[in-house]
Amino acid sequence: MNRRQLFVAATAFAAMLGSAAGAQAAAPMKVSASFSILGDMVKEVGGDRVEVFTFVGPNGDAHVYEPTPADAKELSESKILVINGLGLEGWMTRLETSSGFKGTVVTASKGVAPRKMVEDEKTVTDPHAWQSLANGRIYVANIRDALIAADPDGKATYEANANKFLDGIAAMDTKVKEAVAKLPPERRRIITTHDAFGYFGAAYGLEFIAPEGVSTESEASAKDVAKIIRQIKKEKIPAVFLENVTNSRLLDQIAKETGAKIGGTLYSDALSPPDGPAGTYLGMFRNNIETLSVALSS
Amino acid sequence: MIHALIDPFVEFAFMRRALVGCFALSLGAPPVGVFLMLRRLSLMGDAMGHAILPGAAIGFLVAGLSVPAMSLGGFIAGIAVVLLAGFVTRSTVLREDASLAAFYLVSLALGVLIVSVKGSSIDLLHVLFGAVLALDDSALILIAAIATLTLATLAVIYRPLVLECFDPSFLRSVSPMSSPTHFLFLVLVVLNLVGGFQALGTLMVVGIMLLPAITARFWAQDISNMIVVAVASAFAASFIGLLLSYYANLPTGPAIILTIGAFYLVSMLIGMQGGLLWRLLPRKHLEA
Repeated sequence: MNRRQLFVAATAFAAMLGSAAGAQAAAPMKVSASFSILGDMVKEVGGDRVEVFTFVGPNGDAHVYEPTPADAKELSESKILVINGLGLEGWMTRLETSSGFKGTVVTASKGVAPRKMVEDEKTVTDPHAWQSLANGRIYVANIRDALIAADPDGKATYEANANKFLDGIAAMDTKVKEAVAKLPPERRRIITTHDAFGYFGAAYGLEFIAPEGVSTESEASAKDVAKIIRQIKKEKIPAVFLENVTNSRLLDQIAKETGAKIGGTLYSDALSPPDGPAGTYLGMFRNNIETLSVALSS
Repeated sequence: MIHALIDPFVEFAFMRRALVGCFALSLGAPPVGVFLMLRRLSLMGDAMGHAILPGAAIGFLVAGLSVPAMSLGGFIAGIAVVLLAGFVTRSTVLREDASLAAFYLVSLALGVLIVSVKGSSIDLLHVLFGAVLALDDSALILIAAIATLTLATLAVIYRPLVLECFDPSFLRSVSPMSSPTHFLFLVLVVLNLVGGFQALGTLMVVGIMLLPAITARFWAQDISNMIVVAVASAFAASFIGLLLSYYANLPTGPAIILTIGAFYLVSMLIGMQGGLLWRLLPRKHLEA
């Protein structure tokens, strides 16, 4: 840990020297976002007026991340830093202080009702709030307000973009609800690798169960795995789903042992690359609900 | 009581797989550990554990989470470090420990570099932590094959290896087997580390190699007994560690290694061969 701090501090110093040299006026406003889903939201709202830098890229795991010197440099040049909050980006606070960032920090989840869950007898906050489209609307509104505050000239653009995006989110919300309504009630129980879909499940009436906790950092114990296998067998849960950010070997074994089939890959904490099946926030929902529908309705 | 011990393995295939994997590891790795310890090379196991990282990382980048690719990569990297270190030792003024340290540190840094530059999709370091509960068929076959090969090879080179431990210069003077034996033995070290890292990760696999051996030192005097005790304690620790993980909700790899660690502490205190307790007690003089 110390090593990492030292490293970040050193590179941040170098970055500060660099950023003092050139500040341009006409260029688009630089905005940093902690991971790919927030990055996409900022792009949608900001359009051409902002240049978005994303720390944890496509298919990357935002729970555990080691910032690079380039990250510190980009952050020091940004006017706004968009983070999720709710304890997702534990690595961000250090980067923020050490990079000499002087802009505004926007917590995109501000105003969201956080889900608490009990994990190993401790109550933890579930950070995956973006997995509910209703929360997605709050995220977008927070980002819009922050962009307007930092760049009042672009107010009209930001509002128009945000409204268009919000309409898209509302349409997707309807679509997801319709798709879930078609699933037989007894099949609305799903196994994934880590607890990323609590908000999704609460919003749309599905139940998600996972061997790893809300962070990908914890290692599953034999007790956890045994519990899930019993549950799959007892409740005849039809399918397990892999995630793009986690190791699939454990779930492969669980599927083999229980006879549940592997329903496909869900995108939870990161988007796919732009040409993949879940390159945007809305694309992620489209992919996830289609994957779920196909596996659970058959 | 009996039920509590056996039921988890009867009910769950993943527990049986984990147990089989750990038993296979416990057959191959601890005997190698005994010889490492007797040759005062205990810390070399740790060094080699780090040295296989870049190979495994390259294997992962080329073929994804494939057991054969990562194992082959790790094996090549480990052997390369052993060979290079041996070469430098023979041809320059450096001792083996120094050259080994140099190469493993370079190798470790290279591994971390490869992981961070390209490891965007899944945190490879996480993968390298091992997954005892997720051993698939190919991993089990690999571990079992390595255990078999290890025991067979040890049987063949047993005599020269024992001589190497106690009187290497004598071996060198009477037989040309000295350096082939040494090299074969190092190959076995690398092989067992590669086999074990699927289950326990690159660092903790060293634990199942060395801790049983060090524990056995307190209970046996000649090498064959030491090997038997080491394997037996590794077996017991695998079994107890898995049950601990099952009942006490602990991560499995650390539970197993900590169980052997506890064996070591107890043995150090009450071991028949030089345990602390026996040394503190006033002893009767042997009568002639």
